[in-house]
Amino acid sequence: MDSLIKDKDNPVAFSSSLTQFFTTIAGLSAFSLRFFKDVFLPPYEFGEVKKHMDELGIKTMPIVTVTGFIIGLVIAMQSQPVMKRFGAESFLPGMVALSVVRELGPVITALIFAGRVSSGIGAELGSMRVTEQIDAMEVSAINPYKYLVVTRILACTLILPILTLYVNFLAILGGYLAVALSESSSFQLYINAVFKSLEFSDLIPGILKTFIFGFIVGAVGAFKGYTAENGTVGVGKASTSSVVMASLLILLTDTVLVKITVWIWPG
Amino acid sequence: MVEVKNLSKSFGDHVVLNNISFNVDEGENFVVFGRSGTGKSVLLKCMVGLLEPDNGDILINNKSVVHIPIKEMNELRKRTGFLFQGSALYDSMTVRENLEFPLTRNFNFSAKEREAKVKDVLEKVGLSKAIDKKPAELSGGMKKRVGLARTIITEPELILYDEPTTGLDPITSKEISQLIVELQKDLNITAIVVTHDLICAKIVADTSIVLRAGKICYEGEIKGLEKADDPFLKNFFSSELVDAEAGEI
Repeated sequence: MDSLIKDKDNPVAFSSSLTQFFTTIAGLSAFSLRFFKDVFLPPYEFGEVKKHMDELGIKTMPIVTVTGFIIGLVIAMQSQPVMKRFGAESFLPGMVALSVVRELGPVITALIFAGRVSSGIGAELGSMRVTEQIDAMEVSAINPYKYLVVTRILACTLILPILTLYVNFLAILGGYLAVALSESSSFQLYINAVFKSLEFSDLIPGILKTFIFGFIVGAVGAFKGYTAENGTVGVGKASTSSVVMASLLILLTDTVLVKITVWIWPG
Repeated sequence: MVEVKNLSKSFGDHVVLNNISFNVDEGENFVVFGRSGTGKSVLLKCMVGLLEPDNGDILINNKSVVHIPIKEMNELRKRTGFLFQGSALYDSMTVRENLEFPLTRNFNFSAKEREAKVKDVLEKVGLSKAIDKKPAELSGGMKKRVGLARTIITEPELILYDEPTTGLDPITSKEISQLIVELQKDLNITAIVVTHDLICAKIVADTSIVLRAGKICYEGEIKGLEKADDPFLKNFFSSELVDAEAGEI
C-alpha cells in the first residue's frame, strides 16, 4: 500500500506495485481460505490453541486494560459539558455504554490487538521460515500450516471477543469515574442507567464482529510471517507490514459490518 | 536406493541443476561436493518435495517422488531424515520436545518409549545433559548434534545431510563427520551428504560427485579427486588458487 502511494507518478513502478498489491491480496485470500479446510482435519491441536490463547491474552491484557479504562473516562469527560448544556446529563451513562459496546470497544481493542499480536505472529513465523524451521516441520511429515497457522488464527479469533468484553466493562467503569469526579452520583444509579440503555441488539453485533477482526489479525500476521523471505530483513518487514495490513483490513471490514449491522438491527 | 534421472531445476533464468543423473546404493555414504551456490541444497530439497524439479525424476526405493500426492510424500518423509544446514531446531521447544515432536505426531509410541528413545539418541550424539535446554542455550556444534539426534530418532532408511559441518571449528567438524560414519555403520542408513567441506567429505564419503555449474564434473571416490588434473577440482586441494577462471561457476 505504501509503495502504491509512493509510485503514483511513475507509471511503470505504479503498475508493478499495483500487481504486487493484488498478488498479496490474492495470496492472503487463498491462505485464509485454506484455514477453513484445515481446521476440520485431524489432528486437532487443542493444546496449542489454548497455549496461544493464554499467551495472546496475557500479552495484550495490560495495554487493553489501560486503554479500555481511558476510553470510557475520556468519552465521559468530553461529553459531560456538552450534555450539561442541553440538560441531557442523565443520558451520559447510556451514551458511554452505547458508544463503547457498539463501536469503540470492538474497533479499538481490535486495533490494539493487531499492533500487539499480528506483528508478533509475523515476526515469530517469519523467523521460523528464514531459519528453515517450517521446512523442517514439513520434511518431518507434519503439516506446518495446521500446527502453526490454524492454531494461531483460531486463538486470535476466540480471544479477541473475550478481550473486547473486558474492554467494554472497563470503559463503562472509566465513564463512571468521570461522572463521579464531577458530581456525586452512586455507582448503582450509573450501572442501572447503563443497563437501561443497552439492548441485546447493541451487544451482539459488536461482539460478533470481533470474531472477524480476530480472524483478520491472526490470518494477516500468519500470512506475512509464513511467506517471509530474505533473512532478517524479511522478518522485520513481515512484522511491520502485518500491523499495517491488519489495521487497514479491520477498518475496511468495520465499515462494511456497520452497514450490515444497521441494516439488520435498524434500532 | 536413490536414483536421480536427468534432473533439472532453474530459478528464472538461472539454471541451478542441469540434467544431472546418479545412483546411490543402499547403506552407502554418498557425498555431493562442490562450491557454494552450485545447487547441492536444491538437489536435496527436490528429493523431499520442498522444491519441484523442472524436469527429470527422482526414484527412492524404485518409486518416483516427483509430483506425487502429499499423502504419499509424507509417507516417504517419515522414512527419510533431513539435517538442515542451520539445524532448524524449534526455538520455542526444549531439546527433549524437539526430539519428541516427530515421534508424537507420526508414531504411536508410549510416553515411556518416547523417553527411552530420546535418551538413547542423545547418548548417541553425546548430549545427554542438554535434554532440558532450549536451542538458544546450545553452541553451533551442539545444535548440529541435536539436529542429528532429531533426524535419527525416527530411524529413517535414508538421511539427507545439508552442509552438516558448515560454520563449525575443524575439531567439531571432524566429530560430526565421524558421527555420521558411525550412525551409518550402526544403523545401516543410506546417507547423501551435501558439503563443500573437504575434511567432512574425506571422512564420510564412500562415493562422491562434484557439481559445477549445475552439472556433474566428477563421479567416483574422493581419493580420485586429489589426483584429478582438472584445475577446478585441483582448487579444492591446493592452498593456492590454481586457475581463477577454472574456478568460476
